[in-house]
Amino acid sequence: MSGPGTDPRASAAGTSTPTRRNTELALLGFAVVLTITAQCIVDITVTGSLSPEIATFSLWYTALWVVAHLVVRRWAAYADPLLLPCVAVLVGLGLTMIHRLDIAASQVGGESTGEDAPVQLLWATIGLALFVAVLLIVRDHRMLARLAYTLALLGLVLLAIPAALPSSISEVNGAKLWIRVGGFSIQPGEFAKICLIVFFAAYLVEKRDVLALASRRVLRLELPRGRDLGPVLAAWVVSILVLVFERDLGSSLLLFGIFVVMLYVATERASWLVIGLLLFAGGAFLAYQLFGHVRVRVDTWLDPFAYADEGGYQIVQSLFGLGTGGLFGAGLGGGRPDQVPVAKSDFIAAAIGEELGLFGLVAVIVLYLILVERGLRTSLIVRDGFGKLLAAGLSFAVAWQVFVVLGGVTGLLPLTGLTTPFLAYGGSSLVANFGLVALLVRISDAARRPSAPPPAPPPKLVDAPTEVVRP
Amino acid sequence: MNAPLRRVAISVLVLFTLLIVNVNIIQVVRAGDLRDNPRNTRVLADQFDRERGSIVVDGNEIALSVPTDGRLRYLRQYPQGELYAPVTGYYSPLVYGNTGLEREANAILSGSDPRLTLFRLGDLFTGRDPAGGNIQLTLEPAAQQAAMEGLAGVTGAVVALDPRTGAVLALASTPSYDPEKLSSHDPAAIREYRSQLGEAELRNHAISDRYQAGSIFKVIVAAAALATGDYTPATTIPAPDVLTLPGTSTTLRNYGNSSCNGGADQSLIDALTVSCNTAFAQLGIDLGEERIRDMAEAFGMDDEGLEIPLDVAGSTIGDIENDAQLGQTSIGQFNVAMTPMQAAMIAATVANDGTLMRPYLVDSVQAPDLRVIDQTEPEQLAEPISSDVAGQLTEMMTSVVAEGSGRRAGISGVQVAGKTGTAQVSEGVDDHNWFIGFAPAEDPTIAVAVFVANGGGTGGDTSAPIARQVIEAHLAAQGGG
Repeated sequence: MSGPGTDPRASAAGTSTPTRRNTELALLGFAVVLTITAQCIVDITVTGSLSPEIATFSLWYTALWVVAHLVVRRWAAYADPLLLPCVAVLVGLGLTMIHRLDIAASQVGGESTGEDAPVQLLWATIGLALFVAVLLIVRDHRMLARLAYTLALLGLVLLAIPAALPSSISEVNGAKLWIRVGGFSIQPGEFAKICLIVFFAAYLVEKRDVLALASRRVLRLELPRGRDLGPVLAAWVVSILVLVFERDLGSSLLLFGIFVVMLYVATERASWLVIGLLLFAGGAFLAYQLFGHVRVRVDTWLDPFAYADEGGYQIVQSLFGLGTGGLFGAGLGGGRPDQVPVAKSDFIAAAIGEELGLFGLVAVIVLYLILVERGLRTSLIVRDGFGKLLAAGLSFAVAWQVFVVLGGVTGLLPLTGLTTPFLAYGGSSLVANFGLVALLVRISDAARRPSAPPPAPPPKLVDAPTEVVRP
Repeated sequence: MNAPLRRVAISVLVLFTLLIVNVNIIQVVRAGDLRDNPRNTRVLADQFDRERGSIVVDGNEIALSVPTDGRLRYLRQYPQGELYAPVTGYYSPLVYGNTGLEREANAILSGSDPRLTLFRLGDLFTGRDPAGGNIQLTLEPAAQQAAMEGLAGVTGAVVALDPRTGAVLALASTPSYDPEKLSSHDPAAIREYRSQLGEAELRNHAISDRYQAGSIFKVIVAAAALATGDYTPATTIPAPDVLTLPGTSTTLRNYGNSSCNGGADQSLIDALTVSCNTAFAQLGIDLGEERIRDMAEAFGMDDEGLEIPLDVAGSTIGDIENDAQLGQTSIGQFNVAMTPMQAAMIAATVANDGTLMRPYLVDSVQAPDLRVIDQTEPEQLAEPISSDVAGQLTEMMTSVVAEGSGRRAGISGVQVAGKTGTAQVSEGVDDHNWFIGFAPAEDPTIAVAVFVANGGGTGGDTSAPIARQVIEAHLAAQGGG
């Protein structure tokens, strides 16, 4: 382990840019200790004794982050040091909650769904493999720009697969988002999201000058030319199609939101935001008028208690959990988070709020905020336009998703089907988000890496050591 | 692109701030409401997860928690459900909440009472689930059994007190129900059973409901008269066959239009013995509202109610606007509203030399390890009459049972003192039948009030025999050790 000052690469480069890898290591150590402690607390509180699996878990989880750290240290030495620790705490907390809900389910009996925590740990491992693969393969994020149209096609195909498949394979709880084969189910939309963000970034960086062209001014807004509305309309139509054919309000909202924000960042034209909002409002109105499931969501959001036995059951139970948790929470293992349906996936934030209280839940929100703001900071300091847009898109995707999901769980927004990144049970989401973080790490490495390793300044003659001249 | 990026960063900050503010609103501002929302079964289900304390009568658990294999870890059972339902209430956190002692003593039974804190701290260290404390009741199984059996088939109530301490020996209300069926883990079955129960089953007639008192109120009028010092049991008072209430053309007669003493004056003791309405109405009017009201309030009829710890509704003589109403009040009609518990308190006061002891149902509270952490000390509530007046009243009430309207409460070999009451409810509705009394008259160990709603007879016919059964059961239990 080498400190910033003794990092051979840094001193060789002769710059003062620290890699901050030791900061990351210390924070990762904290995250791992936090996770293991939380797991122990759950075991002791709920079952009264430590389960033998806790040793395996501890070793496995530690190994996971040691590997992640070493890979970053070797192949992305200048990466932002806060990204991984935030993810490590969130994934660890998620694993702990899922483990806790596993135990609750086994105690309740009858409706036990088996052990989900080990499966989730396996998914985290696969996610980490993807993380490593991305860092190894994508040595320079700019190479992704060359694949933009391939990725766009891939993204659209992934997005379309569940809609094309028969409902028996793709439908869960009314939303057609899945590919279920054997015991596994995959949500291709999670991967499509990243592919599309890469495409958006490449496309927008290419077309930004054209898209920024103004035709006329209306109310201080510089409106784009009519013929340039094509891309935003296309994104809108794709979003609506997702809503119609997959009945997935969340993904639809997510995709469109990301595209509009990236368009705004690329062109610096606020008029795109206004146009985006208008399109959103139109889409939302249409969806409310045309689709029963959207109407139900909105109605239960407006007055969940009026539908407490029907559509509002989840949100009402979630609110009860949060309210009962109060400031400090019931303590890990002390609440009844299993009373909220699908607490492991969609409503894991409610479980955290119930057992860790307001403080725990706000800590989780702040962790996301740090993750997102570090990503946006990367976007600010990275030099190339593609990297900027990509980092902004990826960061905003996390922010938007967290806002929509947590807003839904806490009754601020209507419920959507999105998962909570890193926390929630679900392989696709976890693996895809590991890929997303890998890209952010890669870009942040490029952003902070001293530009073109400057040649070592020739030593002044007086200070120059006596050199042995070699052949 | 940096300017819009900064704006995006700030917008994200704003969005997350919104989230945090909203979470604060839910978990702090609305937390109390959400926690107490009847639909929130969290706190309630939590109660099924710990071993709730038992309610104990004379060494037997009448309410206890037994472990189950099910989702909820403990089940509440009531081995003698219907017998003690008026006291225990039911335990239905899943559907209807708790009633009776399950509600009023919940802090102890659930283990949240501060007096159990030390034990809970201990549980924290030993890792045991916190258990609730037990409560030991003052009830006497024989008296309770006799009371409930005596009331079989009617709507009514019996309250028996130990006049010396205020300890509740019997608290019966009929018709009863099986609390176990309302305390199960099956909400559908609970709702089904509850739908078959009416007000009659679910209300506690002994303490929650107030009724026209009828002639048992004459004991208070007699007490007010004797307390003036101007009257003795032998003092003669007017006892006309018909009394026209002052300022009205309304006439007041005696029960069944009978004559008290052929229209002639009658001694106070005789007037009480035959329960002469006209004599007591006139006596009340002569004494004046203030004396009657003061005496009634001194006996506890102050509209305030009690906690024993079950809530006892406050009894009252009501507002009186003129002498006509005062006359009716003096025979326990008009606005006189009395709980059977209050009626028993009147008997107990006379029995205890004029001192009213505070009624109590919980003898002691035990920690989960059965160590007594709280023992109820008898407490004096009031001293409405002197022991002399109490002695005179005892003499008069003994006469009621020996040779008056309360003969059917008589027990051979035991002096029983008492007073009957037959209260008119309204036209076409059967009268309420009352009896209050105590025994043995020379050294009372039990005071009892029996109430039969719309009994259709007189207090002497319907209620006095039930009182006799309760007193006999009590004396037998005492005699048997």
